[in-house]
Amino acid sequence: MQTKLVEIAPRQQVRTVETNNKVQTKDLQVFYGKFRALADINVAIQENKITAIIGPSGCGKSTLLRSFNRMNDLTPSSHMEGEILLDGMDVNQPGVDVVEVRRRVGMVFQRPNPFPKSIYDNVAYGPRLYGVRRKGDLDSLVEDSLMKAALWDEVKDKLHQSGLSLSGGQQQRLCIARAIAVEPEVILMDEPAAALDPISTLRIEELMHDIVQYYTIIIVTHNMQQAARVSDFTAMMMIDDHRSGRMIEFGPTQDIFTNPKDKRTEDYVTGRFG
Amino acid sequence: METRLNSTPPSNWSRRLQKRIGHGDLPWQGLIVIASALVMLIILGIAAFLWRQSSGTITKFGWSFVAPTADPNWDPINDNFQAWPFIYGTILTSVAAMILAVPISLGIAVFVAELCPEWLRTPLNWLVEMLAAIPSVIYGLWGLFVFLPVVTMPVGKVLGNTLGKAPLLSQLFGGPIPESGASRLGAALILSIMVIPTISAVTRDVLLAIPSHQREAALALGATRWEMIWQVLLPYGLSGILGADLIGLGRALGETMAVTMVIGNSLDPSPSLLRPGYTMASVIANEFAEAVSKIHVQALMEVGLALFLITLALNILARLLVWSVARRTPQEVRA
Amino acid sequence: MSAGTVSLSRFQQLMAQNQAARIARRKALNGVMLTLTGLLTVLALIPLFWIVGYVLYKGAAALSIAFFTQLPTPMGIPGGGVRNAIEGTIVITVLACLFAIPPGVLAAFYAARYPNTPLGVAVRFSTDVLSGVPSIVIGLFIYVLVVQPQGHYSALAGGIAVSLLMLPTIVRTTEEMLKLVPHSLREGSLALGAPEWKTSVSVLFPAALSGIITGFLLAISRAAGETAPLLFTALGNERYDIADIVHNGMVQKQGAFTILARIINQPADSLPLTLWKNSQQPFPERIQQSWAAALVLMVLALLINVFARVWVEYRRRKLQG
Repeated sequence: MQTKLVEIAPRQQVRTVETNNKVQTKDLQVFYGKFRALADINVAIQENKITAIIGPSGCGKSTLLRSFNRMNDLTPSSHMEGEILLDGMDVNQPGVDVVEVRRRVGMVFQRPNPFPKSIYDNVAYGPRLYGVRRKGDLDSLVEDSLMKAALWDEVKDKLHQSGLSLSGGQQQRLCIARAIAVEPEVILMDEPAAALDPISTLRIEELMHDIVQYYTIIIVTHNMQQAARVSDFTAMMMIDDHRSGRMIEFGPTQDIFTNPKDKRTEDYVTGRFG
Repeated sequence: METRLNSTPPSNWSRRLQKRIGHGDLPWQGLIVIASALVMLIILGIAAFLWRQSSGTITKFGWSFVAPTADPNWDPINDNFQAWPFIYGTILTSVAAMILAVPISLGIAVFVAELCPEWLRTPLNWLVEMLAAIPSVIYGLWGLFVFLPVVTMPVGKVLGNTLGKAPLLSQLFGGPIPESGASRLGAALILSIMVIPTISAVTRDVLLAIPSHQREAALALGATRWEMIWQVLLPYGLSGILGADLIGLGRALGETMAVTMVIGNSLDPSPSLLRPGYTMASVIANEFAEAVSKIHVQALMEVGLALFLITLALNILARLLVWSVARRTPQEVRA
Repeated sequence: MSAGTVSLSRFQQLMAQNQAARIARRKALNGVMLTLTGLLTVLALIPLFWIVGYVLYKGAAALSIAFFTQLPTPMGIPGGGVRNAIEGTIVITVLACLFAIPPGVLAAFYAARYPNTPLGVAVRFSTDVLSGVPSIVIGLFIYVLVVQPQGHYSALAGGIAVSLLMLPTIVRTTEEMLKLVPHSLREGSLALGAPEWKTSVSVLFPAALSGIITGFLLAISRAAGETAPLLFTALGNERYDIADIVHNGMVQKQGAFTILARIINQPADSLPLTLWKNSQQPFPERIQQSWAAALVLMVLALLINVFARVWVEYRRRKLQG
């Protein structure tokens, strides 16, 4: 089980609260300029579980995901209100270093996006940022990550070939290896299998099951069957009349799919719309 | 109506031809084909004509015309010509210009493409383009009367007193800079100002073409903005950036007026940056109108030919590099 | 879960000691480099303001009505103007447009319509190559092609040389603008039964026209500022005087063609050419005229450039609604 990280960049006093949830939002609102993309999001994500966020397109699933690792900061017009807590610590408060947040909360993107470097250098990129220099250390970290990502056997003899020479599914597993090389606590996955064929998709899903013991996984997916197969908890999102995204239901995946409380959820999971 | 006794059907193109003539398309098609061929022929024509015109000197001097080892002697009076000093001057001033221009252009491109606020981007692009719009002869005029005395001369003095005394570099920085400032250094500095707009514009476009998910992947791992740019973006776009640099180098090599006006146009034997000199383009500009003997003219033609071939090769290489970045970017399927 | 360490994971062990300091250093480097790029941008723009400012300052002092209306006085004698150069610039630029625009536009039509044929690729390749040829080499080429056979320098030769410099810009811009015209427009015209050429001329060309004109403007701006190709083609001519030619022609009852031929067939000056020649003279009033010519030229080039950009922006906004 992942051990708790020592404060490695203590600067100012950073406020934390006691909490049992790995990631939590409190009354989160996200704006792009004047437009409110997310409204009143309150969700609690449990550690070492897979939580899926589902909903029709445009309902703000990706926006919510990206606020967990402060990737929304990259959009100049975006700002937020409310709190996003990582182990009880608000990730947006002044004393918190965004570089540190992004190390603790990793991300895998919709399209595999390996760097145009060798497979080895792709995985080693993160650790090098944090000062791991010695070849022996890097070698073992790279091997570890590739093994966890179920890619080691396929690439162990060609670590110095370009990451772009791999197939789509392999590239995505490489991106997963790259993300876990810095040992995050949370992994965000934004429709990770959307660009892959069904077999690669299944492998990714198996991989998620294998690694969730080490990480907390939050996955956005438009594929309901995938959400049902893979996740322990599911959050259902929809846009309201003002085009803001809201979370209309959250619960164990079993309940959401077999016994949803909200009619809109029921309509969506049974395929009546979306 | 053709009678066709053999069973070969009319060929495809004759059928198409008949269709086209009927609608007035053939003249149109012919016109645009001729125009296109014309453009291509011009390039070939330049090469061919220059080659023919320099045939005299090519046969007389052969390779020693351009060789660095031959006796450097450009002597219109005795009809003895050797062009190495001009080739050297061209290379020296252009390379020196690039040493300055490449990092500065990279900085500008990074700033405009990655860092500056949205509202600043267009004005900055305009300003950089304005630099490119100023005619070369105005750079020369300002260079001659303002830049040389105010900047080049003092800089040259300082360089002469520091690097000029250093053991290895004294060849390159030795010899006092003329009082007027007219020198290869002046040419190099002005050239760098002139090529920066081109290089930075192309580099900026290369950077902007890099898909944003590369940036996001690096930042999501905890890289700082600079680390993302230096470790991911620049390597990704390297061939395109190199292409931009080579395009700039090509411009520098062929630049005539601004260089002629500030380089001093003298056959100074010293290899130093601080001394006046000639470039291939400037010697042609300076001597051609007064060249009397046929062989003098031919020698200048040959210099022109050499310049043409060098810039041609560079240009082709540069275009190939710039295209290779565009091709490597994986196909983005627009959702 | 409260803060507290149990055991560190492998990566945490391997992470550099003193990560806090390391992160601080990384952020400091980030700040320094990013500021540096901003500074370099400012540095590169300093010459722009310096040149523009200085030319304005020196040139304005030397401008006068005489500058525009009179021919040059003999060397060393103050006064006079550069009317010969202004007229020469106009004649050469007009000639250059005549020689560059029709083939350039036509070749662009071909390249836009058949981009993947050998000739289409060759056109694009050739224009790219041509744009990289030094302007003085073009001057040499036209010297051999036109001046030598004719036996004399001429505005015509200068115009041809400058047209070669305009050609790549015209082809490239026209081609890009044509490609931007939506396919539906072309297909609609063809579906109505219009032949290819009519489609191109009556439908595609007008649709792309504003962009194409921008290309023309930028090419003209470049053409007006060229010096090197004119050195051995137009050569320069302090006696160039169109009014005089026309007047004499009418007096001697020469036909229009003859008069025109006389205008284009003699050596001519242009603003940049005269700027250069004057700058090489030891006479201060000649150098003054260089600055004044520089002012006119620079204002012209910058105005055309600004106008072209503004025009592009305006059209773009209009299209986006």
